[in-house]
Amino acid sequence: MGTSIRGFAQPADVLPLALPAAHRSAGPWARALRRLEHNRLALFAAGFLMLVAVIAFVVPLLVAIDPYQQNLHDSLQSPGSASHLLGTDQFGRDVLLRLIDGARVSLSVGVLAVAIGASLGGAIGLLSGYFGGRLDGVLMRLIDVKLAFPGILAALVIVTVLGGGLDKAMVAVGIGALPRYARVVRASVMANKHEVFVEAARSLGASHGRIMFGHIVPHVLGPLITLATLGLATAILATASLSFLGLGAQPPTAEWGLMLSDSRKYLRIAWWLAVFPGASIMLTVLAINVLGDGVRDALDPRLSVGVD
Amino acid sequence: MPVLLLASVVVFSMLHLVPGDPIDAMMGASAFQAGTIRQDLVDQVRHDLGLNDPLPVQYGRWILGAIHGDFGVSFIKNRPVADLIVERLPSTTQLAIASLLFAVTLGLALGIIAATHRNSPIDAAVMLISLGGVSMPSFWLGLLLILAFSVLLNWLPATGSGSLEQLVLPAIALGYEGVALVARLTRAAMLEALSAQYITTARSKGLAAGAVVFRHALRNALIPIVTVAGLQAGHLLAGSVIVETVFARQGIGQLAIDAILTKDYPLVQGIILFTAASYIVLNLLTDISYGYLDPRIRSAG
Repeated sequence: MGTSIRGFAQPADVLPLALPAAHRSAGPWARALRRLEHNRLALFAAGFLMLVAVIAFVVPLLVAIDPYQQNLHDSLQSPGSASHLLGTDQFGRDVLLRLIDGARVSLSVGVLAVAIGASLGGAIGLLSGYFGGRLDGVLMRLIDVKLAFPGILAALVIVTVLGGGLDKAMVAVGIGALPRYARVVRASVMANKHEVFVEAARSLGASHGRIMFGHIVPHVLGPLITLATLGLATAILATASLSFLGLGAQPPTAEWGLMLSDSRKYLRIAWWLAVFPGASIMLTVLAINVLGDGVRDALDPRLSVGVD
Repeated sequence: MPVLLLASVVVFSMLHLVPGDPIDAMMGASAFQAGTIRQDLVDQVRHDLGLNDPLPVQYGRWILGAIHGDFGVSFIKNRPVADLIVERLPSTTQLAIASLLFAVTLGLALGIIAATHRNSPIDAAVMLISLGGVSMPSFWLGLLLILAFSVLLNWLPATGSGSLEQLVLPAIALGYEGVALVARLTRAAMLEALSAQYITTARSKGLAAGAVVFRHALRNALIPIVTVAGLQAGHLLAGSVIVETVFARQGIGQLAIDAILTKDYPLVQGIILFTAASYIVLNLLTDISYGYLDPRIRSAG
C-alpha cells in the first residue's frame, strides 16, 4: 500500500534539523487549511458542528437546564405546546432539553472513543510499521482477526465481555475501530520509513524514538486526522446503536440512541419522540461525514479511505 | 481459515475472561440471594459441563464440536446452540438477501444514472441520497418507515417475521446504507470506465449510447462494485442485529442480543463464530466471482 502524501514530502524535510520547527510543517498544513477553506460545504458542516458543540457544552453553563425533571401532568405533550418546543416524553421530561444533554453525551463519548481507537491503533501501527519483522507479524495477525467481525459485531463482542453501560460501550467502540487506525498508520509509516529524510536523520545518529516521533509521525498525521474525523461519525453511530440495543447508556441518561429505543413504545401516539432524536443523530453524523470528506480532500486529494 | 481459527480463540478466551461464573447466570441471582443454592449441586453441574477443566481443554472440546456442527448447549434456553441458530436462520437469510438485492439494484441504477448525467442536478441528488445513507442510523430509518407505512398509511405490518409484507420495511431499513455505498462506488467506477479510450472507440464506431454504457463501461466497472457488494453482505449480517430489534423479527440478530443480555455465553460464542464464518465464506465467494467477471484474472489464476 503506497500512501505517500502529496504535499508532505517537501524538499525542506530533507534537512529538518536545520530549520526552525515552525517552518518545517507550516507549508503543507497551511495549504491544506486553505484548500479546506475553499470547500463551502465542509465549512458549513464545520459551522454546524461548532453550533452543536456550543449548545451542548456552553448553554448548560449559562442556563440551568434539567433534562431529568419529571412532570407527570405534562407527559406526552406534542411539540409546540406551552413551554415545550419539541414536546415531552412519557415522564413529562422536555425533549429539547434531553436532546441538548444528549448532544453533550454523544459528542464527548464519540470523541473519547475515537481517542482510544486512534491512540492505541496509531501506536500499534507506528511500532508495527517502523520495526517490522516478527512484531509486525504478530500485531498484524491480531488485527486481521477483526476482519472476521464486520461492522458493529466487534463492539458487540467486547460489550459482552465488559458488560453494558455507556462507558463500556465507548471503550468497545474505540477498540472495535482500533484495527482501522493501526492499518492506515502502518501503511503510511512503511511508505515513509525508507524516505531520504529518515535516512538522513539516521545517519546523523538520531534515536528510533526521535526518528519515529520527530520525522515519521508528522507525515502520518494527515491520514490519521482524516480517519479520525470520519471515525467520529462512525463512533457516534455505533454508540447510539449500542444504546438503542440496551447495551450502552442506561435509563434515565438522555442519550439519543436510548431515547429512540424508548420511543418505540409510544410510536403510535407520540411521533416526535422517534423523529427528533434520530434527526439529531443523523444531522450530526452527516455534518461530520461532510467535514471528514473535506478534510480528506484538503490533506490529499488522492488519498481515499475505503470501506472497512 | 487461519483467521477464523484465530478469531475463535480470541472470542473463546475473551468470553472466558469475564468475571463471574456461568453457573451464576444459569441459576439466576435471585437464587443466590435466597440462599437456596446447594453447593454440592453447583459443583456437580460445573463438573458435568466440564467447567473445571483447563481452558485449553475446554477450547479444544468446543472447537472440535463446532467443526462437527455442535456448538454446545445454551445455558438459559437449555437447548443445543446449533438448533437455535438453524431455527432463526431463514428469517435472517431472507432479510439479508432482500436487503442486498435492494442495495445492489437501486445502488447500481442510481450510480449509473449519476455517472451518465455527471454534474447535473440528478447527479447531485444521487450523491445527496448516498451521503444520507452513510449517515442515517438504520434503527432510525426503521422507526421512520414504521411511522409512515404502518402507523400513518397502515399499508405494511410494523413487526414480526415470516410473510413477504413483513420483509419489505426491514429490508429497506437494512439495505439503505448499502444503496448509498453501491451508488457512490458505481458512480466512481463508471466515471473512470467512461473516460477510457475503448469507450471513445466504441462511441466513434457509432454504437448506441445504451450499448456503450451497459456492454462496455459497466462490465469494466463491475469488479469494485462486486467487491463492495460482497463486503456489504457481511455488514448486513451485523446490521441485522439492529434492524431485527427494531422490527421484532425472530432472527439470529435478535437471538444474539438476547444471548448477550442474559449472559448466555455458549450461545454468544456460537452465533459469533457462525457469523464470522459466514462473513469469511462470503468474502471468498466474492473473490471467486472476480474470475467470472474478468477473464484476465481467470487466466492468471
